[in-house]
Amino acid sequence: MRKYLIKRSLQVIPTLFFVLFITFMLMKLIPGDPAMVILGPEARAEDVQRFRQQLGLDKPVVVQFFIYLKRVLTGDFGKSLIYKQDVLSLIMERFPTTLTLSTLALFIATVIGIPTGIISAIKHNSFWDLLITILALIGISIPIFWFGMVLIIVFALWLGWLPSVGLGSLENGIWDVIKHLILPSLALGILSMGTITRFTRSSMLEVLRQDYIRTAYAKGLRKRLIIYRHALKNALVPIVTVIGLQLGNLLAGAVLTETVFALPGLGKLMVDAIMRRDFMLVQGEVLFVAIVYIFVNLVVDILYAVINPKIRLSYERG
Amino acid sequence: MKAFLKKLLKNKSAVTGFSIILLNVFLAIFAPLVATCQFDEMDFMYVMAKPGEGGHIFGTDDYGRDIFSRLVYGARVSLMVGIISVGIGAFIGTILGIIAGYYEGFIGALIMRFNDALLSFPYVLLAIAMMAVLGPGIFNAMIAIGIVMVPSFARVIRSAVLNVKEETFITAAKVLGASDFRIIFSHILPNIFPSLIIYSSLNFSGAVISEATLSFLGLGIQPPTPSWGSMLSEAKDFLQVAPHMAIFPGLAILVTCIGFNLLGDGLRDILDPRLRK
Repeated sequence: MRKYLIKRSLQVIPTLFFVLFITFMLMKLIPGDPAMVILGPEARAEDVQRFRQQLGLDKPVVVQFFIYLKRVLTGDFGKSLIYKQDVLSLIMERFPTTLTLSTLALFIATVIGIPTGIISAIKHNSFWDLLITILALIGISIPIFWFGMVLIIVFALWLGWLPSVGLGSLENGIWDVIKHLILPSLALGILSMGTITRFTRSSMLEVLRQDYIRTAYAKGLRKRLIIYRHALKNALVPIVTVIGLQLGNLLAGAVLTETVFALPGLGKLMVDAIMRRDFMLVQGEVLFVAIVYIFVNLVVDILYAVINPKIRLSYERG
Repeated sequence: MKAFLKKLLKNKSAVTGFSIILLNVFLAIFAPLVATCQFDEMDFMYVMAKPGEGGHIFGTDDYGRDIFSRLVYGARVSLMVGIISVGIGAFIGTILGIIAGYYEGFIGALIMRFNDALLSFPYVLLAIAMMAVLGPGIFNAMIAIGIVMVPSFARVIRSAVLNVKEETFITAAKVLGASDFRIIFSHILPNIFPSLIIYSSLNFSGAVISEATLSFLGLGIQPPTPSWGSMLSEAKDFLQVAPHMAIFPGLAILVTCIGFNLLGDGLRDILDPRLRK
């Protein structure tokens, strides 16, 4: 296990290096002189020149990349031109909202996705299986921002049950915050819900076809016991990976959900940065989300090895 | 081919998906004939008219433009972006996947490391970031969506190549002195084609949603050209007074994506049942 942990952790280094390279190259895609584009048309020529020097844009590309690498590794993601604030501190201010939203969305997706997937597999080729399969298909095909709008129309505007925008305030009690987060989390979680349902269904169906399940039935064990103790336990192993990998997509999906529901998270910050052409902020946010995504993947892989003896054994044998 | 078509027609999922896509293609091609108005024609007597009012079956938007006609013309944008961006992703991804799978070694490892790094960015986020830098427009949208698809195509094609490479007919071709170029084009490509078709069809819905996403954020198709995503973007400010402005474009995206996903699922079941999971 330790061998696996070390090897998997070391794999993060080259990936991180390439991620940094890609985010660096992103700025190189800006048509024209990046310094002029970043500072805007009203900037004085002297300021543009000074800015170019500060960022090292007057140096060869390779040198520029290493300057960027050094800056990022020391926690300097640059300065936002519209907020006049350090990019990393801006990100850290908004990250809790996005993380809460994404975690809640993942929770809803898992709590609904796994049981529906199990029901669909157990009742294979029945009406329930068909219904769940269709709903899961809708889940993976629906644009989340549109689903968010539909939720607002139905639950906020027509029924008036839940608020449509904003985050609420803890001063009004925890329920106020939860009430504000239900619709955005549901909208954000729909895609993951569809994915988890489909994956649980196919994973369960595969396990249910295994010989040891047939043996368990032949032994006369109760169906409930077979499904929950023997089938689900084995089917859940790959599902854990899928669930973990959803978190990264949810962080990205938050860009849209936060726009629809006007939530002050990373997504909203990103959209504002794009609209006002604050490239340093865009670059910083993309890099931040990618780093979070890489570490989530690392944790998921390690967890997978912990719960899956096959992976552990293959590494122990060397 | 005959056997494939027979299997395709027997597969309910594929037939339903194919029918939906065919309808979309028909609407896109014959948009001027199907649409009841020009996509930018304004009916000042019926601004934000409800569905059915003034002869507008899906109603009108805040400029009095016919929503049905704009949806029909919007199908052109969605299909075009879908086809071209999936084409870009499949083309570059296949080349990289073949090089990484066939040659392996240092080049293969380098390509896959770079690939893994690209996969570290959530799909939509990378497209948004690229559009933010490149600037809005249909051409840039197709490039951005196509490029973010490259790593997943490369990964799928690489694993398909690794499987085919181990087959005896490849060893036989090598023994007979066939060049790498000949082996790749005459033996490997035809054998990885099913994987490419399946993966491409499954990626179409992702491309359609990505285009809608970019246009929704104001980064994709620019007005007055109608796109389903930009129609939703305009609709978000009128949810209270004109919810139909949001309902119909969203339904169009949903139905189209269901079509592509059903076709993809069906093709996967027919061409490679092992990939079902």
